Amino acid sequence: MAFQILLNFFLALVWMFMSVSFTSATFIIGYLLGLFLLILMRRFFNERLYLFRIWAVISLFFLFMKELFLSSVQVFLLILKPRMNIRPAIFEYDTVLKYDWEITLLSLLITLTPGTLVLAVSDDQKKLYIHAIDADDIDDAVKSIQDTFEKAILEVSRT
Amino acid sequence: MTETAIVNGLTIIFISLGVIFSLVTALGLIRLPDVYTRSHASSKSATLGVLGILAGTFIYFWLAEGHMNSRLILAIIFLFVTSPLSGHLIGRSAYISGVQPTDLTEHDALKQVIAEKKRKQ
Repeated sequence: MAFQILLNFFLALVWMFMSVSFTSATFIIGYLLGLFLLILMRRFFNERLYLFRIWAVISLFFLFMKELFLSSVQVFLLILKPRMNIRPAIFEYDTVLKYDWEITLLSLLITLTPGTLVLAVSDDQKKLYIHAIDADDIDDAVKSIQDTFEKAILEVSRT
Repeated sequence: MTETAIVNGLTIIFISLGVIFSLVTALGLIRLPDVYTRSHASSKSATLGVLGILAGTFIYFWLAEGHMNSRLILAIIFLFVTSPLSGHLIGRSAYISGVQPTDLTEHDALKQVIAEKKRKQ
């Protein structure tokens, strides 16, 4: 992915040298032309086109925002309830992610999901210990972590 | 005329949202029973509260005063990354140093793991 971006920059630079005008407008035109060339040549790269990965990162960011807002509203309602009958629990969660940055990102996302907070990561980095504020929600939480977060992170790291 | 109304409206919405969430965080710190549940409140609502206030300030200075302050954007991003992390670290160190969760806690998967680790040392 980094190689493709670098190549695109390089092509834009070549375009600037070819048209002997060193302004940001020329750079942008050259960048777009280079992007078009990369799209034409996509079959020679080992990885996917980098645009897909950038799109995955952007959708992950919006997921982040949405979850933060939802979880804040949930905590809001919980705190303002006159009778607080919460049932906290700590449960294990098996993750399929391998790299350190993926696990860090997943923990950040889980911490911002409604009602869950990562307490510890096991030594072999295969299990996350998660504190849930309501034991009824555990199944829902596990499902939403698997379906949305892990999938979104895998989508970013897929080659 | 309508433009200033829109700008003021946006600013008011963002900042009051931030203030309300910060207030609720403070209430949560008083009402919730133990460290872990409190850390739920402080790591989520507080983030959104400060975020709302910073975003409101940014919008006001950008649209009403014509001054775009990129430091506020940076501050929002830094907060976004660091505040769930601090929630995690406080919870983790509390658990390892032996702070008990409330009696309401139903199920505790971490207890055995930590006990095992302490025995090995």
